[in-house]
Amino acid sequence: MPVEVRVPSVLQKVTQGEKLLRYDSGTVSELLAAIDTDYPGFREQLIENGELRRFVNIFLNDEDIRFLGKLDTPVADGDSIAILPALAGG
Amino acid sequence: MPVKVYIPTPLRSFTQTRAFVDASGADVAGALRDLEQRFPGLGARVFDADRNLLEELSVFVNSEEIGALSGVDTPLSDGDELSLIPAVAGGAVMKPEEVDRYSRHMIMDQVGPLGQRRITSASVLAIGAGGLGSPLLVYLAAAGVGTIGIVDFDDVDLSNLQRQIIHSTSDIGRPKVDSAADRIAQINPNVDVVKHRVPLTSENAMEIIPGYDIIINGADNFATRYLVNDASFFARKPLVDGSIFLFEGQVTTFIPEQGCYRCLYPSPPPPGMVPSCAEAGVLGVLPGTVGTIQATEVLKLILKVGEPLQNRLLLYDALAMDFRTVKIRRDPDCPLCGDNPTVTELIDYEAFCGSPFHEGAVSIPA
Repeated sequence: MPVEVRVPSVLQKVTQGEKLLRYDSGTVSELLAAIDTDYPGFREQLIENGELRRFVNIFLNDEDIRFLGKLDTPVADGDSIAILPALAGG
Repeated sequence: MPVKVYIPTPLRSFTQTRAFVDASGADVAGALRDLEQRFPGLGARVFDADRNLLEELSVFVNSEEIGALSGVDTPLSDGDELSLIPAVAGGAVMKPEEVDRYSRHMIMDQVGPLGQRRITSASVLAIGAGGLGSPLLVYLAAAGVGTIGIVDFDDVDLSNLQRQIIHSTSDIGRPKVDSAADRIAQINPNVDVVKHRVPLTSENAMEIIPGYDIIINGADNFATRYLVNDASFFARKPLVDGSIFLFEGQVTTFIPEQGCYRCLYPSPPPPGMVPSCAEAGVLGVLPGTVGTIQATEVLKLILKVGEPLQNRLLLYDALAMDFRTVKIRRDPDCPLCGDNPTVTELIDYEAFCGSPFHEGAVSIPA
């Protein structure tokens, strides 16, 4: 059972409109690298100087990876990843 | 004369939980004596030992308090409605119009007359009378929130009306605070609206925000979002935050000292990286859902019932029709509310965000 990755609206232009991606388990970093191979430019939207950009959060299931192992957080089969950028609209 | 008598919740234990009962009398005193005989025990909650009306009880005939009529000698006519209204500690007596208007709240155990009094005594501040502000202002006004402040510097534009339901076509060109205040007065004239027709800035935020119990963020740009977060933290006010984009919404409630917007998003995206609603669009009904959830949070905070979205972020995806919550927490390294804060007063938010307190050069507020 692979890992499910939910792609927010702002990133769907990079994933050719895909909202839900399925990838093999690994660390968050490995997962993002694998996605970036299929959708070039994806990783750059989230990572800057090796760290997660400060207006984006990645949740593993319902926990923020900043409070787990950051980009080294292991992701297991069946887990779900949600990428959440800050939204400004009101 | 047969009259109908409204029995308030605290006294319904004497009337088999009925809100309206029948009584008969030529005047108020007669009707109250009749009531006392029909419902044993009720008399002691209406009269004192000297047979005077208890001070904490107000009696209304139709919509008039009997003090303004002839007291207990006020004559009754067939079909009059008598209301017994207990005064509530610290607050004025609720008028019969209010008793009727809020009856669906008052009969709920979780609200009741005391909860409704909390609502009518509350003051809340809405940042923005736009997409999110529209529905939440309508519902909070309808619920009877006593004082509603609105901060908005914009005028109503035709392109707003696809989602900003507090404004109408005839309001185009008017200040949004005026248009919103007029609509609120139509919905509930008991609400006191305070119009702040200014851009919220580091200079005026601490003059406005500390005057309210609860702050609601419906801003359309990052600079204002960080400003409202910081000012609410410094003023020790709960902040009900909502934001929207395309088909997605996020809602959470920040309680002072238990995490803030900066704990969640330490810094804003660089200008141009995340498009605004004006640039990318927003489904018109999306702010309706998100703003209504914000209003729900506000009422729960006022009533002190249920579990607020505290340390939880609600994510709404309208396309998938998916609601989920994720855990968020106070960051000990937060520059504002962390253990060693570096932001100790309001800063220059336009410089911090690299963008103005507005959605862009040709701005169409979300």
